[in-house]
Amino acid sequence: MDWLSLAFSQIVNGLQAGSVYALVALGYSMVYGIILLLNFAHGDIIMVGAYTAFYAMTAFHLHPVVSVVLAVLVSTALGVFVEKVAYTPLRSAPRLSLLITAIGISFLLENGAQLLFGADTKSMDPMVRGGIRLGTTTVSFAAIITIIVSVIAMAALSLLVRRTKLGKAMRAVSEDMGAAQLMGISLNKTISFTFAVGSALAGIGSVLYLCAYPQASPTMGSMLGLKAFVAAVLGGIGSIPGAMLGGFAIGLLEAIVSAVGLSEWKDGVVFAVLIVVLLVKPTGILGKKITEKV
Amino acid sequence: MTKQDKSSPIRIPMPLRYGINLALIVGLWAVFLALIQNGIITNYWNGILIMVGINMILATSLNVATGYLGQLPLGHAGFMAVGAYAGGIFMKSTPAADLIAEGNTAAALPYVLAALLISALIAGVFGLIIGIPALRLKGDYLAIITLGFGEIIRVVLTNIDNVLGFKFTYGAAGLKRIPKFSTFTLVFVCVVLCCGMIHMLMKSRHGRAILSIRENEIAAESVGMPVTFYKTLAFVFSAMLAGVAGCLYAGYLGSLYPSTFKFMKSIEILVMVVLGGMGSMLGSILSAGVLTVLPELLRSVADYRMVAYSLVLVLMMIFRPKGLLGGYDFSMSRLLEKVLNALFRRQPKNKQEGGAADERAEE
Repeated sequence: MDWLSLAFSQIVNGLQAGSVYALVALGYSMVYGIILLLNFAHGDIIMVGAYTAFYAMTAFHLHPVVSVVLAVLVSTALGVFVEKVAYTPLRSAPRLSLLITAIGISFLLENGAQLLFGADTKSMDPMVRGGIRLGTTTVSFAAIITIIVSVIAMAALSLLVRRTKLGKAMRAVSEDMGAAQLMGISLNKTISFTFAVGSALAGIGSVLYLCAYPQASPTMGSMLGLKAFVAAVLGGIGSIPGAMLGGFAIGLLEAIVSAVGLSEWKDGVVFAVLIVVLLVKPTGILGKKITEKV
Repeated sequence: MTKQDKSSPIRIPMPLRYGINLALIVGLWAVFLALIQNGIITNYWNGILIMVGINMILATSLNVATGYLGQLPLGHAGFMAVGAYAGGIFMKSTPAADLIAEGNTAAALPYVLAALLISALIAGVFGLIIGIPALRLKGDYLAIITLGFGEIIRVVLTNIDNVLGFKFTYGAAGLKRIPKFSTFTLVFVCVVLCCGMIHMLMKSRHGRAILSIRENEIAAESVGMPVTFYKTLAFVFSAMLAGVAGCLYAGYLGSLYPSTFKFMKSIEILVMVVLGGMGSMLGSILSAGVLTVLPELLRSVADYRMVAYSLVLVLMMIFRPKGLLGGYDFSMSRLLEKVLNALFRRQPKNKQEGGAADERAEE
């Protein structure tokens, strides 16, 4: 019975981490789907969101709900701002330039945060305490909230993409940018909207991350972002259900690796998965095959 | 055609071009050595010069993969780490440490050369292992897979001792007491050799093939170019030179820590290449020099260094994506020809592609 409860609590941990990965992976996947850019700065937007929530609660003593809304708003604004300032001027530039710009923005945010907030890790009191006892194990409220919130966010995103006019525009632009423009879809608006939605999800992800690990540091976003990217590739980049699936898979994988006592190798294992996926099935689990035109 | 004597520009013949470059390199080396021996260049600045040399090798080697091949590997620090650890572990296991401690550097030279060779080979093998799968992918995927490999190398270096149960890399505590074999002359010779090898590769038909892949991979493939072979060749070559730089780094610092070779290090090298201009060797060399010396001069604002680096990356991409020098490469002989032509008032009819080596740039 003991190993069963251990397995159960590890699965809950994995799902909790996985739902954060899934939310972040969605942002990667949407942006990649629409302008074929690997947005390295996405992970650092999470970091900014986490710092916003952190300072709102500790320095300004705002109500947690207000802080959460503030964190999401700041992340959204930052995402759109970065897109306007750094990516829009390069829309017709080679992909390599765009990628280097994204890396530059990512490092700018990281090092800027280090200057502003200091390099040390800032800890705070956990936002959510307590849990439910289920037999011999306890499931924390934080885990329950994380999983529920991310499932709601993903459902809302699916509805947005499938049912609304803007969602239709997003799908059209990602399918064929030129043709979409000819049909009267505003590229700038659609791309900005995609960045806004992706960054808002990153903002939600940052708050959920704070629920799980109540601390913020300037480099927290880079590894989280990279792993979320792995999740997006695993699920099939550009595919929304794929990103969710990949996120949960990576979260569970990490929990398993930690459970067998190899937690130092966690990062290595995640990247090994990435390499295997890219070699065996580069389109990911749910990705579509893209044939390249000459 | 009768006017040819007067109007044709003066050209320096081929063997003489190499002679001029060689003489300039030797001269440069002699000047620096004299300055070091007279104490005008202090020990502190000697160290910085060695670091400049190491960074020059790193930047020019990354330039092969980024500037000439047109890919974006983000794991260059990983190859450097492999070279550094291979060289460091080899040097520790040989009697070279005692010889260097006694001051008998001449007797230690074979060991040093062997260490450099081993570093290059092992880094090259890693480059091959990583390159073959990674080069099947393009653009962003290649960037992320090399990043992944770089991180895996670092994780393995940190944890391998715990798994194997013996002292090998000493994990996070660091590999210490490596004999300090990197002298100014050794680094200088390595920089010259590396740049010379890159130059010769790029001027050969293999180099042209690599450039054609950058320009248009599908077109290159359709005229029968073995694209995979040349991509792997350039990638492995780049990794080997990074390994040499790593070995020199180990011999300069005397101790190695896995945390040195983080993703950040790869980005630092990338900034050097991008700032100088992707595809320009002189650009990589100059920006490696400037970006190594400048932080030393500006110690008081060291906190802003990485912020400035990242700003440079973004601004360069938006306003001058070709880098400061673009694809321009310097040729001493071409300059001399221009001066001579200007002196004797001979207008060159058409611009000659200067085929001379630009090893002169290794300053």
